[in-house]
This record gives sequence, structure tokens and C-alpha cells, in this order.
Amino acid sequence: MIKTSRLRERLRRGAAHPVLAWVTGDEEQHQGRPGVLQELLLVGAGVPFLIPLYALTTNASKLAVPSLVPLLVFLTVLTALQRARFRVLGGLGIPERQPDSPPGTPAPLRLLAAVRSEATWRQIGYHLVVGPTLALGGVLALVGCGAGAVMATVFGWGWLLPPGSVAHPTGHRYLATGLVTAGGIALLLAGPWLAVRVARTDRRAARALLGPSRARELERRVEDLAESRAGVVDAADAERRRIERDLHDGAQQRLVSLAMNLGLARKTLKNVPPEAMQVIIDAHEEAQAAIAELRDLVRGLHPVVLEDRGLDAALSGIAARAPLPVRLRVDLPQRLSPTVEAVAYFVVSEALANVAKHARASRVDLTVQQLAGRLRIEITDDGIGGADPTRGTGLVGLRKRAASVDGTLTIDSPVGGPTNITVELPCEL
Amino acid sequence: MRAVIAEDSVLLRVGLVKVLEAVGYEVAAAVGDADALLVAVEEHRPQVVVVDVRMPPGFTDEGVRAALVIRRQWPEVAVLLLSQYVEERYAADLLASNTSGVGYLLKERVANVDDFVEALQRVAAGGTALDPEVVAQLLVRRHRDPLEKLTPRERDVLGLMAQGHSNNAIAESLVVSESAVAKHINSIFTKLDLPTADATHRRVLAVLRYLGEG
Repeated sequence: MIKTSRLRERLRRGAAHPVLAWVTGDEEQHQGRPGVLQELLLVGAGVPFLIPLYALTTNASKLAVPSLVPLLVFLTVLTALQRARFRVLGGLGIPERQPDSPPGTPAPLRLLAAVRSEATWRQIGYHLVVGPTLALGGVLALVGCGAGAVMATVFGWGWLLPPGSVAHPTGHRYLATGLVTAGGIALLLAGPWLAVRVARTDRRAARALLGPSRARELERRVEDLAESRAGVVDAADAERRRIERDLHDGAQQRLVSLAMNLGLARKTLKNVPPEAMQVIIDAHEEAQAAIAELRDLVRGLHPVVLEDRGLDAALSGIAARAPLPVRLRVDLPQRLSPTVEAVAYFVVSEALANVAKHARASRVDLTVQQLAGRLRIEITDDGIGGADPTRGTGLVGLRKRAASVDGTLTIDSPVGGPTNITVELPCEL
Repeated sequence: MRAVIAEDSVLLRVGLVKVLEAVGYEVAAAVGDADALLVAVEEHRPQVVVVDVRMPPGFTDEGVRAALVIRRQWPEVAVLLLSQYVEERYAADLLASNTSGVGYLLKERVANVDDFVEALQRVAAGGTALDPEVVAQLLVRRHRDPLEKLTPRERDVLGLMAQGHSNNAIAESLVVSESAVAKHINSIFTKLDLPTADATHRRVLAVLRYLGEG
């Protein structure tokens, strides 16, 4: 029992030997138990697969290494047939096995890859060992059912046999006939029981040995997740760009136009009562303050210059608009991927906002450089320190944003300062 | 004074025309994209053009590129760029070849009509007008260079010089005497190790050095 759970643990980590995988089965219990009849069908359909095995073992000497190709083709066909059996009769979809080599690989290399692939060996394990063993179990179960049916109903048909036959129930043979009937009933119970056990084991074995391996499946899952995550990151950037554009073409222009008109009014209106002029002046200044506020906000979203000229160029704007002096050093020999540029821009923008809000610093040093294929952003302030990355001071969001492209964020912030935030991002995705 | 305006937003184009006409400019043409701007400049040969940076088709730096074409093809035409945001990279492009007769301001500066017209006239007269925002952006990258040697006051003076202001205007905005400004400027020239040529030339060189071009 202990051993099984340990094995299971190892399996879950994708580390167990694949042929053992079917022994322990896997966690996903079949939902909605199929009926006995269906299991009998599934098991029955497995029996014919004994024939190719028989052919293979009797011709084993001929099917040595030189004729690997027919064997591999044979395996592929067998696997397809078995998968069809499970799909149609067992209600189990076994995922296609991943191709061992990319399309367009020359045949010899493909063959080599197939031989070296553990999936091939798992399939061989199923077709030559596990499948046949279970098929024999299936034969037993079916024979048991058939014999049981015949024996249990002996009282029904025994009369038809000539008197004196074994099964002809006559006075002194009632006991024997009764025993046969009881044995038949026992077989009728045992046969389906065995069929259900065989079918269950078969399902587990097939899933473990004919499908993609756990490790391969996880690998594919990781690839899919990485792809969809990149999609999400890009979608967020696209959204920021759209908002920036909408504000630029909409509210910002209206406000500028409003301020222009108020400015003209201020300049050209004569003979206005001083109170009315004061209202115009106030409105004019209010409009300008709103423009400046909106400009800073929108510039933090996704400035055009970021796409047009890259991260280096875009950082000047954020650094200049920070409410405290920033010294900026950028050393980037080339443009980075647009996604990384966008994340880096956002990180710097948020980090500076954070410093302004919480650090009580008098100055910030911002260094951005490329080191060994990684983008390294260092933000150092001379503030009070004690920044806690686990508490919601915006640092959590920064860390998540960095992690969205497999980046890291480390904080060194002793109480009393200085605080150093280092963000490392990959240059290419 | 004849001007041509290029601005893709109708709302702001109308506003700009109003402002320019209110202060006595003749607006020869008001267009919505860079191509039409070049055609209009060719046709009207204005003294000054007022150009939006972000215009169709790409909405990135079309105005900057048009400005460079205009400065190269018609050097007598001064160019004032306007933008919702200013970027030091665009300023550097604009000033790389020549610092005379160019300006680069935030669009909202138009709302302060007097200051805007003053900047426009300065540019039209062959001077420079740079938005304090751009100057601030250029400042964040200044370290380990001769500018480090300047006192904060001298840096203020140089910043205002870079924006294109005259000694008189600098004196006014820093609330000091004009002779004090002249003293600061001489000290700047010395510290930046600029040759003793004519004052205008040194002034331009100082500004270029300041903008990281020299």
C-alpha cells in the first residue's frame, strides 16, 4: 500500500517507469460506471488482438532488427485499432501520441527517433505484454459467462438430451444437475466480475501506455500555457494602446481645445467685469491642470514613442515627470521584443510612482542595461526603506507583471533605506 | 506673417487658426496630414509652419519627419512642432542638423496665447523654442559630463537658453539682473570649454552640448 502511494507520487511527478504506470493506474476515476454488458463487449473486442501477437511470436525469428519498419508500422496500426476499441466501446478517448520528429525529417532519422522514443517502447509493452495478458483474462471471463449461462440453465434444456446423458436430469442425478446449476450461477457472477476488473485494468493500462506519457503531456500543457499567457500579456498591452489612442483622439483634444478657447477669451475679451474675467482665468487654469494630469496618466499607459523608438527613448519621459529627481542610465545595444519593452516600461513607471508615494526619497537612480541576454532594471532610492514586497504597496503588482514574461523582481529595503528594486526580464520571448 | 498649419484633429485645427489669426498671422493653409503639408509649403512658402507630430497614416512621428524635410528643402521656413506629449528623441532629431528656426512644444502651451505667440515669433525669427518638458527629459540623462561642473543656477540659465530664450527673458524668469545672466553665461562657456567665437555661435554650441549632441 505504502509502496503504491509512493509509486503514485512518483508517477504524478512523471518520473515512474512508464510500463509500471498501468499497475498503479491514475487518479482520474472513470465517471459514470459503464454497465457490465459494455465491459464485456470491450473485453471481448480485445480478444482478437491475441491473433497478431500469436503471429508475431511464431515469426519472431523473422521479425528481428532488420525488419523494424514493418514492426513499427504494425505497432502504429495496432495502436490505432486499440484506440478505436477504447473510444467506441470503452468511452475512453486516448490522446494521440505526439510525432517523434518534426515533419520533413528524412525517413532513416524518423525511424531512429521512433526507436529511441519511449512512447514506442510503451506501445510495445502494451501490445506484447499487457494487452495479451488482459485479453487472456478477457477470454476467461467470456468463457466463464458462456459456460455459466449453459450450466445455469441445465434444468431448462437437459430434458432435450437423450436420457442417460450427463446433463439429463433424472431422479438420481438431481443433485449433480443442481450442483451444475449452482456452478453455472457462480460462473455467471464471476465472469462479469472478472470482465469488469479486466476492462478497468485495460483502460488504465491503455491510457498509460498508448497515450502520450505524463511528462510529454505536461510538457505540452506548459507550452500551451506559455502561449496563452503570452497572448494575455499582449492583449493587455493592446488594450493599453487602445485606451491611450482613444484618450489622445478624444478627451485630451477636447480639453486642449477648451483651454485654447479660454486662453483666447482671456486675451481678446475687453470690457468684461473683473469678476467674470476671474471666472475665465480660473477655468483656464483648471483646464490646463486637467490636461497636465491626464497627460501624465496617459503617458504611463503606453506611449507611442515606446513602439516608435524603443524603451531607451520612452524612459526619458517617465524619469522627467517623476515628482522627484531621477538620474537615468540606459545601456541597451538593441531593441528588445515589444512585449518585454512594454512590461519593462510599465515596471519602471509603476516603480517610480511607488517611490514617489511611499519612500519619502529625495532622489532616485534608475539603471537599465542588458546583461547576458537579460534586461536588468535597477531602481534605487534614498528613502526610508522598509518596503515589504508581500504587502500591497504596488510591489505585488510589479512582481506579477515581471513574472508574466518569466521575469523576477527582488527587493532590498532595510528599514532606514536605501531601497533597491532589481527587475530582471528576458530580452526575447 | 504667413503661416501654414498641419493638424489632423479638426477641432484643434480650427482652434489653432483662431489663435493665429487673433494675433495677426495670415493662415495660408490648414491641412490634416504630412503630405498635404509639404504641398502647402511648396505652394505658399510661409514664414512659419505649425505642425502636429502625430498625424495619419501611422500616428507616430510623421510631423517630425515632415519638419526635417521642410528644414532641408526650404531652410527659410521655420517649423514649430506641437504634440500632446513631448519626447527628447524627437527633439534630438529636430535639432541634430540645425538649432535655428525650430521649436517643439506641448500642444497645451497654445492655450497661454501670449507665451505661445512669443515662442512662435522666436522660431520664425530663426531662434529656438523648446518645451521645458523636453529640457527636463534631456536633464535626466545628464551625468558624468561637463555639465556636472555647472552650478544649479548655471544649469537653470543653460536650460532657459536651450529653450531659446534671450538674456533679457532669462533675467526676467529667474528674477535677476541681465548682467548677472551674462556672467552666468560666460561661466558656462568657460566650463563647457567652448571656443571664443561669436556669441550666437557659442550659444548654439552650448545648447547642443547640453542636448547631448555636441
